Amino acid sequence: MNTNLYILLITGALVGAVSGYLGSFMVLKRMSLVGDALSHVALPGMAIALILNLNPMLGAFVALTLAVIGVWYLSEKSEIYPEALVGVFFTASLAIGILITPKPELLEALFGNFEKINIFDGVIIAASSALIFTAVSLISKKLLLGIVSEDLAKAEGIKMKNINLIYLLLVGFVVALGVKFVGTLLMGALVVVPAVAAKNLSGSIKSYQILGSLLGVVSVVFGLLISSYFHFSSGPIIVLVSILIFLLSYIFKKHRPNGT
Amino acid sequence: MILEVNNLTVKFGNQKVLDNVSFSVERDGTLAIIGPNGAGKSVLFRTILGLIPYEGEVKWAPNIKIGYVPQKLFVQKDLPLTVQEFLKLKEKGLTNIEKVLNSVGIKKTGILKTRLGDLSGGEIQRVLIANALLGSPQVLLFDEPTSGVDIAGEETIYALIERLKKKVDLTIIFISHELDIVYRHATDVLCLNKEKICFGKPREVIDKETLSKMYGEDVKVYRHHEHHEY
Repeated sequence: MNTNLYILLITGALVGAVSGYLGSFMVLKRMSLVGDALSHVALPGMAIALILNLNPMLGAFVALTLAVIGVWYLSEKSEIYPEALVGVFFTASLAIGILITPKPELLEALFGNFEKINIFDGVIIAASSALIFTAVSLISKKLLLGIVSEDLAKAEGIKMKNINLIYLLLVGFVVALGVKFVGTLLMGALVVVPAVAAKNLSGSIKSYQILGSLLGVVSVVFGLLISSYFHFSSGPIIVLVSILIFLLSYIFKKHRPNGT
Repeated sequence: MILEVNNLTVKFGNQKVLDNVSFSVERDGTLAIIGPNGAGKSVLFRTILGLIPYEGEVKWAPNIKIGYVPQKLFVQKDLPLTVQEFLKLKEKGLTNIEKVLNSVGIKKTGILKTRLGDLSGGEIQRVLIANALLGSPQVLLFDEPTSGVDIAGEETIYALIERLKKKVDLTIIFISHELDIVYRHATDVLCLNKEKICFGKPREVIDKETLSKMYGEDVKVYRHHEHHEY
């Protein structure tokens, strides 16, 4: 194992931890599918960044931020839940992204290629992960109260609209950090799947969030090790590892009726 | 006055859900809000809490702390959130949480580690009251559960509220479906059916006329039925 792989594993673990942590709220908010599809929006942003010779993470970040503001606006302002619109809009951006992404980079943009992650990316990912983690911890209580009852939270004077926006922006941020590892097609799964698995095994919020982060780390680290050994794309392997964990958690839950 | 509401109108789209409602609540009073299903009782609650937009005036006494007990909690059955974690969203100190739980009649500490989704209807109700009390409110807004709350031989929620009122300065506004409860526990009553039907002391303002204005349909059905039998 070379030094570079160590750095990759550490930065990957950080992305996995933050994804699992943010995903834990996503699942409770019943936004798993939105979270899953959100990552598709990163592709056109990455494509434009590649064409302009900029860091694709930056492009992904800008595209995701715009998409998140759109989703947030629709869910706060419109009477109907914007599920259908999200489906249409996210798929459209994926289609456009596939068309405009330069051919040599398309495959790795879609499925992730950890070998393209340099030390500069690593530093950005590590610093951003710490920032996102801190930010979510600060709004965690308000988010949770909003999940239990939006009315109760508002009656406490909590501005749920703002809290939801901050939260979704942070989700967009973490997806942008993870696209190089997991790729734009599957990064959303890294946010959602570890949290779903953790929910099967947890009887309290504390254990749920710790486990969500931990399973995110395990998915990325094992995924990276396997894909570097066999020279596979990292994205599908990371996601498959997380799915395997989910299946195990499901079996474990079934054999324990009062899951606490 | 702790609350004054003047000419309150709430519209959902073009439909008026509340129409020109005015009433007031005195400090330390107990106001009951009654009315048929769809009369706008819960909407009125959500309006005076500032949760939905309205026309008219809602004036609380300055710096008032409000505790809100919603009718129901729609939590997922497998939401991994324990009672302790839920109450800690509001109050850090565990001793205070245990004290408040005790005051709402929950004696067993085991409930702290129980998930919200595993509680019975009566337990949820008590935990919600505890949650409202944790902020040491001067006003308690209490949306009565329609049914399915088992209090199993213990004191009723209303006796509990009476007991709390004796200890601290507490103004109560509650929604009820039972006239009996209103007569026994309320100092004032607001009869609602989209608009204000009556407002005042229960024994003075609730009469046949106000009841038929609120529950008119039911009265007709009853008479028809009677007629049929004879």
